Amino acid sequence: MKYAVAPGIYAVGAPTADSPVFVSANYAMSFNLLRRHVHGIDGWILVIDTNGINVWCAAGKGTFGTRELMGRIMAVRLDTIVTHRVIIVPQLGAPGIQSHVVRKATGFSILFGPVRARDIPAFLAAGRTATRAMRTVSFSLVERLELTPLEVIPALRLFAIAAVILAVFCGIQPQGIIFKEALLGAGPFMLLGLAALVSGSILTPLLLPFIPFRAFSMKGWLMGLVVTLPLLRPLFGDPAGAILPMSLSALFFPALSSYLAFNFTGCTTYTSISGVKYELKIALPVYISVAAVSVLLLIGYQCLRWGLL
Amino acid sequence: MKYLSGVVTLHLNAGACVGCGVCAEVCPRGVLAIAHGTVVINDRDLCIECGACAKNCAYGAIGVKAGVGCAAAQNAVAADRHPKPKGAADRTP
Repeated sequence: MKYAVAPGIYAVGAPTADSPVFVSANYAMSFNLLRRHVHGIDGWILVIDTNGINVWCAAGKGTFGTRELMGRIMAVRLDTIVTHRVIIVPQLGAPGIQSHVVRKATGFSILFGPVRARDIPAFLAAGRTATRAMRTVSFSLVERLELTPLEVIPALRLFAIAAVILAVFCGIQPQGIIFKEALLGAGPFMLLGLAALVSGSILTPLLLPFIPFRAFSMKGWLMGLVVTLPLLRPLFGDPAGAILPMSLSALFFPALSSYLAFNFTGCTTYTSISGVKYELKIALPVYISVAAVSVLLLIGYQCLRWGLL
Repeated sequence: MKYLSGVVTLHLNAGACVGCGVCAEVCPRGVLAIAHGTVVINDRDLCIECGACAKNCAYGAIGVKAGVGCAAAQNAVAADRHPKPKGAADRTP
């Protein structure tokens, strides 16, 4: 819990009983961002307990919620700290907060502030009104780039495990596990695996608005094809002698890229649960079938290398 | 950017709407607006089903099955869930 701030009431500058009250989550980054952007404004920050999770994610899970907010207003006795009866809640807290319920129970009206803390000075200057842009979530190139490590790091961990298993499998020879065979057999697949990882978890998120299709699985599959196909000839040589590993690669790696891209839905600001369920219903059986066929093809390829076929 | 078309569960009960505009204000995607004193949907494919509108409507004029649009979370839920008998599946309010 080292990213958490203790819930409660905090002063910024030298606030009085007339100063505005801003509500924040007890995630250190949310709190610090707010603190930085209201610098120079005298006000109060009411930090509610969201288990150290940011406002939007906590609102989606209900921890940045009506009950916690009402409890915190009572606990800090906000009615004795300020004389007005308005609290400013970040717009992205709205999925968790029933404003009319809070008003009835505590007497405090909720004013939904802008999505981004940096718009607060402009929001206050405009008589506490937010423009449509201040109320709308964005998903810019930089924001997408910042989120890619969330998918890349777990994917790399899986990649390392898969690479070791594959190398051992490819290295198995009648004489034992041969390093050269392991490298020759598994090497091209490892490279293609890394390429699929880059395609699904980095390229697809970055190029998101420019890739055809709306479904993430389709975007990821297309990018996977674009990355995989040009690598096949350099890695496996003449197609006539390498039909099996080439078709295996063309089948498996775009699907892997698709799967990784689909996982990025959780990082985006514009997907819906119904959309994800719809996509999952179609994509999951495809992923399972591709994985099963790929394993069979890999075994077939290895039998060829052993000279069994 | 827009996600899949025609999949979201957002629906209006315009008869209950008093035109207060809270829903349009809390929507982070500009899906809702007030026109001629009542709520209208600008573009339903923009909706991310966050549930802010329905939760903040004191008059029950908006419904949506809210949740987070995240494949990893869906996979976790699917793995967690006990198999349901057929037909007893999804019920929309």
